[in-house]
Amino acid sequence: MTSPQNLKYTKTHEWVLLDGDIATIGVTDHAQQELGDITYLELPEEGDAISAGETFGVIESVKAASDIYSPIDGEVVERNGDAVDAPDVINASPYEGAWLIKVKIADPAQVESLMDASTYDEFAGDAH
Amino acid sequence: MGDVDGGSLKRTPLYDRHVAAGARIIPFAGWEMPVQYEGILAEHRQVRTRAGLFDLGHMGQLDVTGPDALAFLQYTTTNDVSRLGPGEAAYGMLPNDRGGVVDDIFVYRKPEGQDGYFVVINAANIDRDLARWGELAERRSDLDVTLTHLSDSLGMIAIQGPASEAIIQKLTDLDLASLPYFSLRDTEIASIPVRLGRTGYTGEDGFEIFPAIERTGDLWDAIMDAGKDEGLAPIGLGARDTLRLEARMPLYGQELGDDISPYEAGLGWAVKLDKGDFVGREFMAAVKAEGPKRKTVGFKTIGKAPAPRTHYEVQVDGKRVGEVTSGAFSPTLEENIGLALIEAAYAGVGKPLQIIVRGKPVEAVQVKVPFYKRAGK
Repeated sequence: MTSPQNLKYTKTHEWVLLDGDIATIGVTDHAQQELGDITYLELPEEGDAISAGETFGVIESVKAASDIYSPIDGEVVERNGDAVDAPDVINASPYEGAWLIKVKIADPAQVESLMDASTYDEFAGDAH
Repeated sequence: MGDVDGGSLKRTPLYDRHVAAGARIIPFAGWEMPVQYEGILAEHRQVRTRAGLFDLGHMGQLDVTGPDALAFLQYTTTNDVSRLGPGEAAYGMLPNDRGGVVDDIFVYRKPEGQDGYFVVINAANIDRDLARWGELAERRSDLDVTLTHLSDSLGMIAIQGPASEAIIQKLTDLDLASLPYFSLRDTEIASIPVRLGRTGYTGEDGFEIFPAIERTGDLWDAIMDAGKDEGLAPIGLGARDTLRLEARMPLYGQELGDDISPYEAGLGWAVKLDKGDFVGREFMAAVKAEGPKRKTVGFKTIGKAPAPRTHYEVQVDGKRVGEVTSGAFSPTLEENIGLALIEAAYAGVGKPLQIIVRGKPVEAVQVKVPFYKRAGK
C-alpha cells in the first residue's frame, strides 16, 4: 500500500491536501477498505466552523457508522455534494472524486505536524 | 453482530480457505469468521440472483434420541414437534421459565428409518442451550432421553440462492427437485456422507449441509468447483445479516432475548399453545390472551437518511416508544430498513416512527414484512 506523497495523514485515517490557506480533507484508501461498501455520508455546511480533534461528519457503511475527525481548525468553504449524493465514490476514488470538504485554515502549522505518506503507510499497516 | 469473545478464538476447518479468498475475518461468538469477501453489497446481490456459499461451522448441533425424545422436545420447545413426519423440520424456540427465549432453533425429525431429532442452535448460545436442556432433562427425569452434542464433530455449510439446486444436483444422486423445503435427508454430496437440510436463513431457496468435520474442506471445495458455471461465490456474515433482515428472520440477541416474548417478537406462529404443557407456556398464553404490550414492527426511513442500527431509540412525537432491534441499508431495496420493538399502541403499517440517530430524529414509516420475498414463494 502506498498513499499519495503530496498529502498529509491523521491517525484517524483522514488525508489533508494543503494549498495556500485552503485544506482539502478526505478519508484514506485504508479507511474505505476497512469500512467496506459506503452507503451514507454526512458533512458540515459551508460556513461551519470545525476544530482539530473533533468530528465534522459521519460516514456509514453497510456494517457501521464512523465519525470523521478534523485535523485542523478552520471554516468550511466548500462541501462535496456529489459525494453526499453518491457516497460510494469514497470506495471508488478516495483521493480524487471523494474529497469531502475544503477548509480555510487559521494555522498551516497544524497540517505540517501530521504524518507524511510513508509514516502513515507504516501506521496503517500496523493498525491491522 | 454478537459479542466479541475476550478469550482465544476458535477457527472452523475452512479458515485458511477464507483467508486465501481474501476474506476479512472478525471475531464472532467466540470464532474467527469471515465477515466479507468481495463486499457486503455484492455478496448480498450474489445470493439473491445466483448462489452463495456460507461457512456456518460456528453454529451448534445436537441429536436428541431415546424413547422419550419427542416428549422431551415437546416440553422444552415452543413448536409442535409431533407434527413432523420423518425428515421434516420446524423452526421453534427454547424458552426460559418466564416466557422469554433462551435461543431460537431448528428441529429436524430424522429421515425415514432413523429415530430421534437433530437440532441446530446459534453459535453464541451453545453453552447456555446445553446448560438449559441439561437442567430441563433433570427436571423431567421421568423422560428417557439422550442429548448428544455434535458441534465439535460436524461441519456446517449453507448454499443459498436460486442456483443452489442446480449446483448441488451435480454432486448427488438424490432427486432434489422432489425434496420439499424444510426437509432433511441423509445422502452423499461429492461422495461425502452428509445430512442435507433444505433450509436456510436468507429468504432464498437453498440447503444447509452437515458433513463430518474432517470432510468439511473437501465438501466446500467440491461445491465451489461444481458452482463455477453458476458463478458461485463465498459469502460472509455481513451479507448473511442483511439477507436475513430483508427476509424478516429474527436474530437472537436482537429480535429475541430472555426478556422478549415470542408474541412480542412476532413469532407467535412458532408457539403452539394447544400442543400440551411446555416450559413457559402459562406466561406465553397470558401474553397472547392479553395481547402483547410491545410489538416488533418493520419500517423504512424516508428520503436520504442515515441507517437505523440496533438499540437506536424509537420515538413518536418526541415520546420514547421502543428501540431498533435490527437495521441496515437494504441492498435489494436500496433504502434503509429495520425492525423495532415498540409499544403496541404505536404499531401499525403506515404509521410513523422517528428513529433517533446521533441525537437527531429520522422520519420512518412502518411497512409490511418481510421486506423481501422471493418470486413464486
